[in-house]
Amino acid sequence: MKIDCRHVWDHISAYIDGDVDADLRAEIDRHLEHCEICSAVMDSTRNVVVLIADDRVFEIPSGYGERLHRRLDILLETG
Amino acid sequence: MTDSGNSEAVSREATALTIARILGGEKQLFHALIRPVERAVFVMLFLLLRSESDAEDAAQETFIKIYRNLQSFRGDSRFSTWALSIARNEGLAILRKRSTRPEEPLEQSLDEFGEVRTGDFTPALLTDWREVPLEALERKELGQRICEAILNLPPMYRDVVQLRDIDELDVQETAQVLGITAGSVKVRLHRARTMLQKELVPVLKAYLPSSARARRGLFGRRV
Repeated sequence: MKIDCRHVWDHISAYIDGDVDADLRAEIDRHLEHCEICSAVMDSTRNVVVLIADDRVFEIPSGYGERLHRRLDILLETG
Repeated sequence: MTDSGNSEAVSREATALTIARILGGEKQLFHALIRPVERAVFVMLFLLLRSESDAEDAAQETFIKIYRNLQSFRGDSRFSTWALSIARNEGLAILRKRSTRPEEPLEQSLDEFGEVRTGDFTPALLTDWREVPLEALERKELGQRICEAILNLPPMYRDVVQLRDIDELDVQETAQVLGITAGSVKVRLHRARTMLQKELVPVLKAYLPSSARARRGLFGRRV
């Protein structure tokens, strides 16, 4: 089975998650070896997935934890 | 059982024990129980409500509900999954009161995955990619641009990205929180990641490591 670029794009997310079977993975790997566009799409998507998981993307308001636990203290004393 | 499966079982057992002790009267242990999910609950509510102060208020209400309903936690899911479900319901209830969350249209055609097709899911095409390292996030504006790109996703895709890629829930847990099938989680995640790649590739190019940029001459041509 030879796969084309669009077929590779359809499986990028599953490939990144290790959720493709061995045969398909081997086909995609073979395609990536010679297709610079799909390689760049795969690498950039993986890069995006890594970056969005970083804690610095969503900043928690300063003092959030302290205020939350103070509120809970009142609940725990009374509830 | 695998090592990760084993540690997961140990962690679930420890959580169950902590909850039993809280219900038995050691109420102060509740602080420690929720610390690991404080951040994820805030982020979930921020993505739903788009306001830090509303998200913080809703997070407090969420944890109060979690405390009051602790006896109903059955342990058939992870505590974090259960807590995020409660946070999501809290957020959605606030949105219903506000009536600002655009409802998904009722009549929509479904594609071969049984999913609503709501956009173009072709990635941004490029011929070369050099990794933008995590250190680039030291520049606050990059984090803000990524945050905006996630906020701008249609809600059905944003939900899945948040749970899978930000909170790192597995496919089944994500499906459970959202009340959808595992197949839908995978399709939506794929589409969401493609949309984010398309949106963020032009942004990220400005943050490539300096060595990669230095190899390009005037007008972006390679030298």
